Amino acid sequence: MTGHVFHPGHHDLHGITVVLETNGPQMFVGRFDSQDEKGVHLIGVSVFDPVTSTQSSEEFLNRTRRFGVKVDRAHYLVPLTSVLQIRPLGDPE
Amino acid sequence: MPYDEKLVAPMREEVQKIGARELRSVSEVDEALGDAKGTTLVFVNSVCGCAAGGARPALQAALKHSVLPQSVVTVFAGQDIDATNRARQYFGEYQPSSPSFALLRDGEPVYMVHRHMIEGRSPAAVAESLTAAFDKYCGVSV
Repeated sequence: MTGHVFHPGHHDLHGITVVLETNGPQMFVGRFDSQDEKGVHLIGVSVFDPVTSTQSSEEFLNRTRRFGVKVDRAHYLVPLTSVLQIRPLGDPE
Repeated sequence: MPYDEKLVAPMREEVQKIGARELRSVSEVDEALGDAKGTTLVFVNSVCGCAAGGARPALQAALKHSVLPQSVVTVFAGQDIDATNRARQYFGEYQPSSPSFALLRDGEPVYMVHRHMIEGRSPAAVAESLTAAFDKYCGVSV
């Protein structure tokens, strides 16, 4: 079963844990599921909001990289108009 | 919902052939990890082809290294749910993900390879991360 992918035909980022930066203050980390006309669907999502967080966004990402994704929401839909950048969490800074 | 066991069986066998002892119940997990001395690598196996397809060969490559943990065990996320949840209780503040690797020393988690550290990386690169951790935490003089 090595290398076998069970869900071919999906978006290139399907199943990848991504950092989704928005054009607002919030940032999301979660598994990219799909993208449609409604937006980007993330699964197992950690939400960074500078208004409620005691950490900076950099601290949030560093901690998430080290300790893993602390799930705040099982699913989150980010509207396409809010998406600034999407990159794999595992990519080097 | 767990996958059909017929689908999962080859993935279990692949890991067991590599040399990991599979833990399928809470009691088996507690027996292996509770009050543990020395070093133990826990592989959290997964059906997901996005990352697990690379994680299993990474484990195989890593276990050819000259320095190894004293025991290697595995649980199967999404299949043996109670056993996996119990194993994760030994991972401290590290968040659950699958597939993943946790290296424990004297019962404490000292290193973790999360799913996001496996995705998009070659098995060789993941194995390199594991063997670096073996050298650091499983050597004679640590």
